[in-house]
Amino acid sequence: MKGTLHPAPAGVDAAQGARALAIWNSFRTCIFSVMLLACGPFLSGASEPPSAAAIAPPATAAPPDDGQWTMPAKNYASTRFSELTEINEGNVKNLQVAFTFSTGVNKGQEAAPLVVGNIMYIVTPFPNIIYALDLSRPGAPMKWKYEPNPEPAAQGVACCDVVNRGAAFADGRIFFNTLDGHTIALDANTGKPIWNAHIGNINIGETITMAPLVVKGKVLVGNSGGEMGVRGWVKALDAGDGHVVWTAYGTGPDKDVLIGPDFKPHYDMDKGTDLGVTTWPPEAWKIGGGNMWGWISYDPDLNLIFHGTGNPGPWNPDLRPGDNKWTSGIFARDADTGAAKWFYQWSPHDLHDYDGINEQILLDMTWQGKPRKVLVRPERNGYLYILDRTTGEVLSATAYGPVNSSKGVDLKTGRLIANPDKRTGTGKVVRDICPTASGLKDWQPSAFSPKTGLLYIPHNNLCMDEEGVEVNYIAGTPYVGMNVRMIPGPGGNRGAFTAWDVAAAKPAWVLKENFPVWSGTVVTAGDVAFYGTMEGWFKAVSARTGDLLWQFKTSSGIIGQPITYRGPDGHQYVAILSGVGGWAGAIVSGDLDPRDATAALGFVNAMKDLKNATTAGGTLYVFRLP
Amino acid sequence: MRQALAMLLPLTLALVACQREERDTRPQSALGSGEQPTPVTTLEPGGQRPSPTDNKAASFEANAFHMSEGKRLFSWFNCSGCHANGGGGMGPALMDEKWLYGSSIESIHATIRDGRPNGMPSFGQKIPDDQMWELAAYVRALGGNAPSSAAPQRNDDMMVHPSENRLPDAATLGKSP
Repeated sequence: MKGTLHPAPAGVDAAQGARALAIWNSFRTCIFSVMLLACGPFLSGASEPPSAAAIAPPATAAPPDDGQWTMPAKNYASTRFSELTEINEGNVKNLQVAFTFSTGVNKGQEAAPLVVGNIMYIVTPFPNIIYALDLSRPGAPMKWKYEPNPEPAAQGVACCDVVNRGAAFADGRIFFNTLDGHTIALDANTGKPIWNAHIGNINIGETITMAPLVVKGKVLVGNSGGEMGVRGWVKALDAGDGHVVWTAYGTGPDKDVLIGPDFKPHYDMDKGTDLGVTTWPPEAWKIGGGNMWGWISYDPDLNLIFHGTGNPGPWNPDLRPGDNKWTSGIFARDADTGAAKWFYQWSPHDLHDYDGINEQILLDMTWQGKPRKVLVRPERNGYLYILDRTTGEVLSATAYGPVNSSKGVDLKTGRLIANPDKRTGTGKVVRDICPTASGLKDWQPSAFSPKTGLLYIPHNNLCMDEEGVEVNYIAGTPYVGMNVRMIPGPGGNRGAFTAWDVAAAKPAWVLKENFPVWSGTVVTAGDVAFYGTMEGWFKAVSARTGDLLWQFKTSSGIIGQPITYRGPDGHQYVAILSGVGGWAGAIVSGDLDPRDATAALGFVNAMKDLKNATTAGGTLYVFRLP
Repeated sequence: MRQALAMLLPLTLALVACQREERDTRPQSALGSGEQPTPVTTLEPGGQRPSPTDNKAASFEANAFHMSEGKRLFSWFNCSGCHANGGGGMGPALMDEKWLYGSSIESIHATIRDGRPNGMPSFGQKIPDDQMWELAAYVRALGGNAPSSAAPQRNDDMMVHPSENRLPDAATLGKSP
């Protein structure tokens, strides 16, 4: 796969692809010159020989590996790195199936399995069934299952398939969210419900798809609904009884956003009173999005949580002049009170549905000769950001793939330099915008290996045409106002798996994939990185070179998050949920019609051939050495 | 001669106008009418009987004016937010041959009016009844179930699919006659 170009898929307009390529080439020059100017002072620092060993997550956020997998991101630093070495570069080619398990649900399986002690927990897409599998017995039989029976009507307000990104374990309990807006705590041993908090309202279009994060006795949960005019929030629920301790909104007055005297944003553009109101047309913040459906990280030393905010609504930017705070950005908050410490906006006045909710990996590294506590974010708008996580200062922002919707990031003001040629608006068709609304990378989380100093990024390579249209706000219905059709990006490969050298701020190697790489990834101390493709291949590649070491064809396309753990027998296992769907796979899981270029908010146009490559079906696969 | 032509032109137009379909440009019905139940299955114990037809169905189905109004309302009421331009998204595709709750205009009208359990909201208290009939007529056209002489033509917007009056009947798509 490495270095080979895939032929343009059937049904894809070759001329469009060529046009996108030409534009990318011309913009690449432009982007690089801007980056050189903007990053000049920093490039000299980055050009020193990188010392991989110098980059590592803070020990308190990434404790020594106990062989379990208790949260989707592996640890609070969100490294998705396992210290297990039994499976390694040399023997991974011998991996074989240990057991499988059907989830019984034919929708997109985005969740990460959890392993705690002798039990594996998996959560399905709607209807959000939790299964506990007993790993200590042959074939891992079901220990218990819990069916929350969410309201079927919730399926009608879930933007992009009815996915769930996983559960979390803490203090003997399993915490997870349901599509219809409940957070539920179960006894991890028996599956008996302990509490059930109803915090989302489907009648205004609110759903919950994210995996919760448990920090200091609080369950952190955010809502989805950026395509439905839902006002975003993050809530902290008491892990003991489920009551809401604090709520931080993504738009609105400072008191709602939990902005107080401790709030010290680094850049002037984020300073002021009630910016969550004043950077919107009157009242628009009430239906303005800024949802939180992605990933949260936690730094115990600083006692800060870090979470992004989703896109502003509607997508049509003409209907919401202003910077639209606090959407498409990132907050650092006090882990106890939720009080905002700093904020940075990736995409002020977002033009292209660039949600800011991707994962942030907490690392300590030497930057220009000084030790810095940083946060690494491969962002939807196409830049890989390194932020000082104590202040929110942007140290660097480098495009990690084709980007023409912007011309770089101004490191003085922190502001994204939007490309006026790609500005969307009502009644205007803008062509060949890269990346797409789904971003250069969407929710699919990357992994960082302190052994190689590389960040392994599963991502997309797509471009799009957009036309803004008028839209009415009707509570509980979509609020988008944009016709979108996506096309393969430059090169024709719709996805890529990029190993990014964090110290040098450039790719170490790139694996091209025919379809978007919509799965997460895990990397191990055995120098193996695992990811899945939408055709259904589960792949193991060398973490150093990217060489394909092993692959296994599962029954459906993979969009889940691989994990690895030490089983009760003391041996290392690798687990992945197979089952195509999600936004990218909605054409299959939702049986959509590819003759409409705008189906699934335009994603179907780039995925016309997916129905010929895979079918729906959720199955857990677990692998081990013989 | 020129005068004669000038006389003839309005006459011709008047004659053509006589052939035009009726347009009820001021729908008078408000909410709540058309509560006729519509079965969502063809399976009936004791044998299938003809399903009741609503007296409004005929006046809306295959009517060019109502279908073009339906097309406008399809985006105004955010139908397009879930069903895109017929290909589907959050909601199912409407341009294919698969109908979960029936393909007749009465069934589609009932689906819009009452909602369906797996996510279709009930618009019965939001949309005037006649406009729901217009939407239903347009949804029929999306599946190629309307005469090409009456179905809406191309958009002034981005080309998203062949215009409705060129869409083939989804039920026979790809099958030999």
